[in-house]
Amino acid sequence: MTEAHDVELVCPAGTLPALRAAVDHGADAVYIGFRGATNARNFPGLNFSAAEAATGIAYAHERNVRVFVALNVYPSPASWSVATATIDNAAAVGADAVILADPGLMAYAVQKHPTLRLHLSVQASATNWRAIEFYRREFGIRRAVLPRVLSCVQVERLIARTTVEIEVFGFGSLCVMVEGRCALSSYATGHSPNIQGVCSPAHAVRWEETPQGRQSRLNGVLIDRYAAGEPAGYPTLCKGRFRVNDTVFHALEEPTSLNALDVLPRLIASGIRAVKVEGRQRSPAYVAQVTQLLRRALDQCSKGDREAATDIKDALDQVAEGRTHTLGAYHRRWQ
Amino acid sequence: MKLAVGPLLYLWERNAVLEFYASLRESPVDIVYLGEVVCSKRRPLQREDWSDVARMLTEAGKQVVISTLALIEAESELAALARTIGTSGGLFEANDYAAVECAAGRPFVAGPHLNVYNAATLDLLVRRGARRWVAPVELPLATVATLAASHREDLQVEVFAYGRLPLAFSARCFTARAHDRAKDDCGFICGDYPDGITLYTREDQPFLTLNGIQTQSAAVQNLHSHVGVLRDGGVNVLRLSPQSRDFLAVVDAFRGAIEAQSSPAIPAPFLPGDYCDGYLDGAAGMSNATPWRRDPAPG
Repeated sequence: MTEAHDVELVCPAGTLPALRAAVDHGADAVYIGFRGATNARNFPGLNFSAAEAATGIAYAHERNVRVFVALNVYPSPASWSVATATIDNAAAVGADAVILADPGLMAYAVQKHPTLRLHLSVQASATNWRAIEFYRREFGIRRAVLPRVLSCVQVERLIARTTVEIEVFGFGSLCVMVEGRCALSSYATGHSPNIQGVCSPAHAVRWEETPQGRQSRLNGVLIDRYAAGEPAGYPTLCKGRFRVNDTVFHALEEPTSLNALDVLPRLIASGIRAVKVEGRQRSPAYVAQVTQLLRRALDQCSKGDREAATDIKDALDQVAEGRTHTLGAYHRRWQ
Repeated sequence: MKLAVGPLLYLWERNAVLEFYASLRESPVDIVYLGEVVCSKRRPLQREDWSDVARMLTEAGKQVVISTLALIEAESELAALARTIGTSGGLFEANDYAAVECAAGRPFVAGPHLNVYNAATLDLLVRRGARRWVAPVELPLATVATLAASHREDLQVEVFAYGRLPLAFSARCFTARAHDRAKDDCGFICGDYPDGITLYTREDQPFLTLNGIQTQSAAVQNLHSHVGVLRDGGVNVLRLSPQSRDFLAVVDAFRGAIEAQSSPAIPAPFLPGDYCDGYLDGAAGMSNATPWRRDPAPG
């Protein structure tokens, strides 16, 4: 059985201030991306230049915190040289690991930077030990981040069959689809997580005030319509309201956040090595708050508490998408 | 250029499945993919039935390929995967890297869900035994052509040419959810929808299709009018995805286009949602560069 103090808290940073916030509030590791279409949070005003990454890594290392660089798109021939240059940059600035999804890039990294630690991105869609074994045997990956589609029992059984460290999502936005196997965004907009590192991109979003209420559209497709006074969320297309047969509802998923706090002791007991917080697009204030709360929750688990304190859960709900949370697939009934 | 019938993505009744494959015996298709890609609980046919279908098609001169699951979570699904790969004498289609790992160097088809977007990944899979590659549906033809050019001799290239596009997978069964049923107690409700359930926007635009844990497009991707540019791009195989009606007419239309004869017209779409072809040029997949005309051209 793994002790809780072995479980690393991995927090997001889209900017240098967010990185400092994560480091100062208890992260064991921070993950970042370089600018451009090389990572799954390719948003305007976000991400690091090589110089900023070097500054951030120095700040983190002085405080004994590790920094991982996410490069989790699938580069096409046109963007291949940018992607390999990003790996070279990550190695040059002293990243503690790169988080990759594309097998071709892993082959490049192994060949050019044999001592660089490789983590398998959630975007690689590895949902079973045998797929993880492929990446371990081919590229020597040291850690795999599991897609948000497995139940607690499935996570336990997977860990029992692999020597690769397992990282799971603990808090943040919820992908209802298997990450890396979702083309909904490109179907509607031409831009996808796999190719451009975006989902339901802002440039395709239009808001309208109509007699029926406020409406959100994605490249012209009506994603949702809100009654007066109803809170409106970002039109991520899998979280819209649609009609199926005769019912209008959130046919794929409600706008809600993943919060694994209720199963954290169980996940830790099953041998996870890291808990990840989603949200490189979030503000430094958000990163500080969520990092601090998850730090407390992990510390409580390490003291043997079986349940997270109510005030931690309440505080996380306050910052959650839709101000509600779900255990997602960890809880079999969600599926 | 060859015609392939993709794996049946829906749950049909046993007789409908058997009739569908029997109807392919005399049809001008070259390759037939059998087996379940979407949901491990679906078992319309027993293993012996599948063997009979495979033998019947092989004797009719078709190449039979066994497709495997795209989302593998349970230990039982891994065991079934190993059994399928172990017992299939011919080619199988890998849709998860677990299948590539299981193959241990045996020849296989790299399915559309393996996320091959560049030459380095394709090279790796060819070294591991891939003999044919089905491009991800969102990959533009220009990229497919670039990758195809690097493997003219040792790899066949297949694209999804006709059918509702397989866009996403989830742990959640959306068909069961739409019927307020738990996934573990689904009652195989997806069997009531031989082409999936169309999902509409609140202004009645057909947008997506729910098919168990899979989400598809509502529009049917139809590359019938692009067969020439596909061939020029190095595509060797066109995949036609099974649907409940008009399938043989679709096969005939594509065969005509390949032979460059006065091709029989493609049937009008019978499903809600039009034809689409946007992915071909890297645009939104739902868009349509060559709008379908319901009225035949004059003369």
